[in-house]
Amino acid sequence: MEVHIGALTDLEEDAQTIVRRDGIEIGVFRLGDELFAYENKCAHQGGPACEGKIIPKVVAIVGEDRTVRGDDFDETEMHFVCPWHGWEYDMRTGCHAGNPKVRLRPIDVIQRDGEVYLNID
Amino acid sequence: MAKSRPVQSDLSPPEVRTKINKVRLNESFSTDGLLAHAEQQARDRHFEDYLIIDVDSHHYEFDHWAEIADYIDNRVIHHIATVLPTPSTVLNAPPMYQEMGDRIPRRIHRKLETTPGPRHREIDVTLRYMDAMGIDYNILFPSPMLNLGQLPLAEIEVAMSRAYNRWLVERVLAEEPRIKSLLYLPFNDPEACVEMVEEFGDKPGVLGFMVVAVHFKPVHDKAYAKLYRMLEERGLSLAFHASYSWDAEQSSRQLNRFLSVHALTFPYYLMVHLTNWLINGLPELYPNLRVSWVEGGIAYLPFIMLRLDHEYMMRTSEAPLLKKLPSDYMRDMFYTSQPLEIPSNPKQLKPIFEMINADTQMLFSSDYPHWDFDVPSRIFDLPFLEENARRNILGLNACRYLGLDPDSLPLTKFKTA
Repeated sequence: MEVHIGALTDLEEDAQTIVRRDGIEIGVFRLGDELFAYENKCAHQGGPACEGKIIPKVVAIVGEDRTVRGDDFDETEMHFVCPWHGWEYDMRTGCHAGNPKVRLRPIDVIQRDGEVYLNID
Repeated sequence: MAKSRPVQSDLSPPEVRTKINKVRLNESFSTDGLLAHAEQQARDRHFEDYLIIDVDSHHYEFDHWAEIADYIDNRVIHHIATVLPTPSTVLNAPPMYQEMGDRIPRRIHRKLETTPGPRHREIDVTLRYMDAMGIDYNILFPSPMLNLGQLPLAEIEVAMSRAYNRWLVERVLAEEPRIKSLLYLPFNDPEACVEMVEEFGDKPGVLGFMVVAVHFKPVHDKAYAKLYRMLEERGLSLAFHASYSWDAEQSSRQLNRFLSVHALTFPYYLMVHLTNWLINGLPELYPNLRVSWVEGGIAYLPFIMLRLDHEYMMRTSEAPLLKKLPSDYMRDMFYTSQPLEIPSNPKQLKPIFEMINADTQMLFSSDYPHWDFDVPSRIFDLPFLEENARRNILGLNACRYLGLDPDSLPLTKFKTA
């Protein structure tokens, strides 16, 4: 079932949009003109995973001598963090940042003529 | 003869307190006002004729923390450091990294929560989480006061814990029957512990007492014998509550992440006291004292059982009070479930549950609102639990541990005041 949630221009970057329909909650994220959506239910204990902080991936800076020089953010991989316990997910894939075998349930996002639809089973 | 001025001991304590407060309260402050006498000294001595250089002076830089933090080069550290208006997340010893900056924001946001009154705000906020999770009754513990045992000033621990216990008993426990507690014991002062039990042991909502595990006092010290006898005689429960220390030990100072500190030191301090409790035969000396081990998770329990049984079989003469294996005594004690370390295959937990007699000895706990709390479904959804074990762990075992009659505890599910 396709559910219309609004225009692309209604969806902010750096902020999630939570859609509630028929007992299911879905978090919609925007990266540029790309959209990603997942069921708002953390794989850990069922918390509101899509409602948490949006933050880049933390990477370690390793020198040529193989010593770690510190940490930095990598904006090429944006994450969102479940506010219950900090489980962190890749915005593009919905996979847990530390264990890709763990994944949020993805929801298909359809863009048509500037409008956005979710394909909810 | 002139009338002598009353000395401080002549005054009643409230009057002395009032006089001290009146002296220190100021509605405004200026540096030059405070130092007016110093300026007079400078003028009287003609300091204008002298070059004077002050080689050591200070300012309180954290008054401008936001400005200073903007100069932090490393972006990850900058994020952690600027979550609060003070630098406590990075500069306190130990640093407060539990919330990973603002990834887990409820500790910061909690202050924004409003309650309608007239009940005390702590009651309303506590009942909200209980109602949301479907919890009927709870044991409420403090948070930052869990660090009191590490203070070098034992009298501060005693004074603060007595004040907190009085406040909790009068303002919270007396007003709300669903909220109960095991009150804080200032373990650095054994006599004060006994006084605490005498003062609070029969107060409504007080079901026993709690020792934070980060205390560097051996639990088997004779100084605590009177305390344990008193608790046992009065039917009050005893809990050892895990906590951490990042800088109290040489070993933990080597750990550079809170992940590591939390993983190791929470169960570690429990293990020290648990080991002493068992090997020094305290279960034999106080067989009716109900003891629990709180917030260590369960992953450490098989290790301790196996390790102590192994050692005891070789060194039996070092534990002459014991009449059975250390693990057998452990199966008579109680363990809270949180943080439940569930592996990717939850069925791998079943042997651990069997080892510790979880069906009868595990106590559900949430640890809410702390960063790694567990919801009740964490227990409820375990695929290998039988229905009676589920009910035991969720509440009936707690009744046995706390000395409560479950028939006298009405269920309060999804009811709001």
